[in-house]
Amino acid sequence: MNYTWDFHSVWQYWDLFLWGLWITVVYTFGSILFGIVIGFATCAARLSGSRLLGGIARVYQEIFRCTPLLVQLLWFYYAFPLLIGGSIDNRVAAMLTLSLYVGAFYAEIFRGAIVSIDRGQREAAAAIGMSSWQSMNRIILPQAMKRALPSFINQSVIQFKNTSLVSVISVADLAYMAAVVNGQTYRPLESYTLMAGLYIAMLLPLTQAADWVERRLRVSD
Amino acid sequence: MERMEQMSKNTKADSAVIEAVGLRKSYGTLEVLKGLDLSLDRGEVVALIGPSGSGKSTFIRCLNMMEVPTGGTIRFRQKPVGKQFRDKGEEIGIGTLRRHVGMVFQHFNLFPHKTVLQNVTEGPIVVCNRPKREAEEVAMDLLAQVGLAEKHAAYPNHLSGGQKQRVAIARALAMQPEVLLLDEVTSALDPELVGEVLAVIRKLAEEGMTMAIVTHEMAFAADVASRVLFLDQGVIAETGSAEEVILNPQNPRLQGFVARFKG
Repeated sequence: MNYTWDFHSVWQYWDLFLWGLWITVVYTFGSILFGIVIGFATCAARLSGSRLLGGIARVYQEIFRCTPLLVQLLWFYYAFPLLIGGSIDNRVAAMLTLSLYVGAFYAEIFRGAIVSIDRGQREAAAAIGMSSWQSMNRIILPQAMKRALPSFINQSVIQFKNTSLVSVISVADLAYMAAVVNGQTYRPLESYTLMAGLYIAMLLPLTQAADWVERRLRVSD
Repeated sequence: MERMEQMSKNTKADSAVIEAVGLRKSYGTLEVLKGLDLSLDRGEVVALIGPSGSGKSTFIRCLNMMEVPTGGTIRFRQKPVGKQFRDKGEEIGIGTLRRHVGMVFQHFNLFPHKTVLQNVTEGPIVVCNRPKREAEEVAMDLLAQVGLAEKHAAYPNHLSGGQKQRVAIARALAMQPEVLLLDEVTSALDPELVGEVLAVIRKLAEEGMTMAIVTHEMAFAADVASRVLFLDQGVIAETGSAEEVILNPQNPRLQGFVARFKG
């Protein structure tokens, strides 16, 4: 292979890459924030003991865990507006879908961590007169969140990568911008390699941090 | 007839701190407690002995509503205890009951994310809204009483089983309970660590703490308890002083049980 690399022509569009990266970060962290809220609410519904709330939460989780994110994005952008008889902004559809998607997984991570806490902890909290609310907030959740942290970070790393799918509904994230630059320069190797490099540069520190957290938690247990 | 006799022996309603009246507990079709009566006077130490599966742990766990009985009532300070958390009219709520009736568990159940001191102050601060400094003073005093003052900054996973259980006792005492329920508190300990925990309980008994103790330590029960109940197959099969029940048992099943444990 005697390909002559030419990053220079691609690098002219550095501002597009940077803007795309910014959009990726915004959608990742935005959907993580919304996802945490949705995840907690869903987890609370699952653990509420109410069959109705638990059932609704369960159906939501299974729908979003058992369909590909790409399918969800297409559905929310192209199909959902027909259902409500209007149109939906692609950015709204993207943020909504990403949040609902990751929320379904977070809910399961939170729930799993909470039910994994020894029953004796709840009993000890109850035995000193704590209400179930106090016991959850002061005794169960602090331990459960610590236990959930590695899976939570892992899911968030996946979310960062999943965000690239919003490019199919024309949200101008990093993947979308790389395609734009490729269209301008006809330099797919450079455009897409630079894109991949930027993803690695963002995610490598995160995965290293996740490993570190996991090691630390194992020691302190 | 037998039932009536048992009632009169175990129930002395007017002076009781805590009582169980006709207590029943079933899990599905399995009836674990078949109508038990017990009344604890202030300063009394009652030991509950019996073979495993006799219902003694379930019984003591019903006394602070850790298990909700399927029949009968718990009465605290002569008032019935309801199933709800807060007091309601005449009924005492579960939350109130547990603030005054402490419990120590077989597996300690210390809060692993809190230091020894925080384990002990958690209840007073969170449940009783005591000022932190005051709660810490009381807690340090209690930790000194169980011989663990110097461990106040340690986390539970750095303690031995015996130390954990002594912290758990201090945690229960920090609520200034009127009754202390001890559910097989030495069963999970290495034999050489049992003594230090029993010594703490013996001291509490001498100081007049009202206690119900589920135990397999026959010698300890005989020594510390003012009354011993032998539970068998969900009923109180025999009750009396330690002398009567442990040292001179009449019921043949009790004779067999005591002989096995003394051995």
